[in-house]
Amino acid sequence: MSNQTAKLPPSARLTKWLVCGPPLVFLLLLFVAPSAIMVVASLRFPGEFGGLAPVAAAPGVLQGLTLETYRFFFGDFLYAEIFVKSFLVALAATLICLVMAYPLALLIARSPKKSRDLMILLVILPFASNFLIRVYAWMILLGPQGALSQLVNSALGAFGIGPVHLLFSPFAVLVAMVYVHLPFMVLPLYTNLEKHDPSLLDAAQDLGANRWQRFWHVTFPLSLPGIYAGATLVFIPVLGMFAIPDILGGTGDMLIGNLIKDQFLGTRDWPFGATLSILLTGAVLLCVLVAARLGGAGMRHA
Amino acid sequence: MALLEIRNVTRRFGGFVAVDNISLGIEAGEIFTLLGPSGCGKTTILRMIAGFDLPDEGQILLDGEDLADTPPEKRPVRTVFQNYALFPHMTVAQNIAFPLRMSRCPDAEIRQRTRDTLQQVRLGDRAGRYPNELSGGQQQRVALGRALINRPRLLLLDEPLAALDAKLREEMQIELINLQREVGITFVFVTHAQNEALALSHRIAVLNSGRVMQVDDPPRLYGFPGNRFVAGFIGHINILDAQVLETAHGHTRLGIAGLGEIIVPPVAGAAPGGKGAFAIRPELVRIGVHGDVTELKNHFPCEVRNLLYCGDVTTYRVQLANGALIEALLPNSAPGRAELFKVGDAVNVGWRHDAGVFLHE
Ligand SMILES: Nc1ncnc2c1ncn2[C@@H]1O[C@H](COP(=O)(O)OP(=O)(O)O)[C@@H](O)[C@H]1O
Ligand SMILES: [Mg+2]
Repeated sequence: MSNQTAKLPPSARLTKWLVCGPPLVFLLLLFVAPSAIMVVASLRFPGEFGGLAPVAAAPGVLQGLTLETYRFFFGDFLYAEIFVKSFLVALAATLICLVMAYPLALLIARSPKKSRDLMILLVILPFASNFLIRVYAWMILLGPQGALSQLVNSALGAFGIGPVHLLFSPFAVLVAMVYVHLPFMVLPLYTNLEKHDPSLLDAAQDLGANRWQRFWHVTFPLSLPGIYAGATLVFIPVLGMFAIPDILGGTGDMLIGNLIKDQFLGTRDWPFGATLSILLTGAVLLCVLVAARLGGAGMRHA
Repeated sequence: MALLEIRNVTRRFGGFVAVDNISLGIEAGEIFTLLGPSGCGKTTILRMIAGFDLPDEGQILLDGEDLADTPPEKRPVRTVFQNYALFPHMTVAQNIAFPLRMSRCPDAEIRQRTRDTLQQVRLGDRAGRYPNELSGGQQQRVALGRALINRPRLLLLDEPLAALDAKLREEMQIELINLQREVGITFVFVTHAQNEALALSHRIAVLNSGRVMQVDDPPRLYGFPGNRFVAGFIGHINILDAQVLETAHGHTRLGIAGLGEIIVPPVAGAAPGGKGAFAIRPELVRIGVHGDVTELKNHFPCEVRNLLYCGDVTTYRVQLANGALIEALLPNSAPGRAELFKVGDAVNVGWRHDAGVFLHE
């Protein structure tokens, strides 16, 4: 790669910088720089009324850097528990999205070319309305007066089980998480499945594979890069999501997103908020790396 | 009884008849070729044999049993697809073992037979490679190994050599012939290249617009084309409009516009006044200035108009006094000599009375 770059004529090198430059600057300014600020903030002391304590509290008295917030995090089981819970919710939402999106993506990819665009449009249509409005809509759908709630409770009532609340529960949080992120799973899956060479399925059938074997030995392994891409696009935003638990969750349904938001806007402990953010970012990067490796292995020969 | 019998099969797409009432019998152990221009229905026939498509009318029988209700995965028929359709996420060995895994063979047997097949298609040293790391010829051999490992009754090959360059194609033709002799499995080979068909096949069916024009072994097909289409599609040939003048005991006399009268062997079903065409291969036409040409039953004075030097042979186009143009192909047996005659030379053109054929209208 590097000796290839060296051989490029000057005009091509200029083009390369013109093309790569803006996104590079964008990433440096809006990702690398804030991350660095957060790392530093996580090592500082909290200010008296929020914010950060000045580095020099009084002339001659240096308040240096501290690992106190990290000690605090790892010292209290409560925070690790919220982390784990958030990961489980994200994992569950990702798996449910996958199970729901796969048949849909397959159906669209195998439909006649003409109807595919319309179906994809329908998948992304919800984006046309505001995210918060769509989440609030679930309050009505899941509310005690909602048809769903009535139906579930009358069914449970028949077995003598008391009424349950759908709203303000982990269930409501998960439903909305899946609902909001489903298109992010459908689109990469569809993009992958649509590219599959149909003659591979003919070949598999010709070689004696039945319907299930054709899926399991051909379609599924070839769609792994799409699955990893979709899983990444669902898992990460769900992990950091605070609006949905805020709106639809109960008091006990706090996830990392809410915890972090609280540190900055509620408790006003910026260093601890920064620490939580750094740990979350690190965990997410680890997940992305694993997914990229798995996806890369699948992509190599496809 | 033929191994595979295609009985009055018709396949329509909308109003378009892609396969038009075709009947063919394919014998066990032969390389049978479907030859025809692109769009004549070859792939459609193969897909119906493999089971990916069903005839609108007629039947396809394997060992006398109608295949209509047998899905592709249950037919003892394998296909080598034109683009090979190798599984990109599987190694060479995994591709080749695929049919055995689908039929839930024991692992030990899969390993043994995969090794044998890898050997057979000379890919023993490529077992762990992925298809995109192979050359076209190697990919082709993976497709062949994969199709043959379960010993099908019938192997269908849809233009398998079309994607290879000319040199490799010749190499693969020989390999295919050897492989077929080794495994003894019946091959149904599809191609639009007449030279490939002649080189590979035991028998050839020439197709045009969904119909069978002629079925014969390669030498008979080349030597005795049954109609204008076959004559023109296979090899080079001179075709001249002709009319039957006289049918005698030992010969038939034809009148040819721009040429004159010629003698051919007795033509079945010919009656004086019958119209048709006279066809003769350029390599059977002689030209010369001496008695060796004028001694032939059919000979005419003419003039050399064009010549095309091709290294091993030279094609001469000569024109007769009456206007007809005839091509003659002469081998260049003396090295370093491009031509025996020059443009403008006055020569004689002639051929044995049994060198050409009369084609009924
Ligand atoms: N699924 C199909 N729908 C409509 N027309 C088809 C279909 N398959 C083949 N045809 C038509 O049938 C004719 C024969 O096709 P094919 O068997 O592929 O020809 P070949 O393999 O000899 O080139 C072509 O004119 C093609 O356009
Ligand atoms: Mg074809």
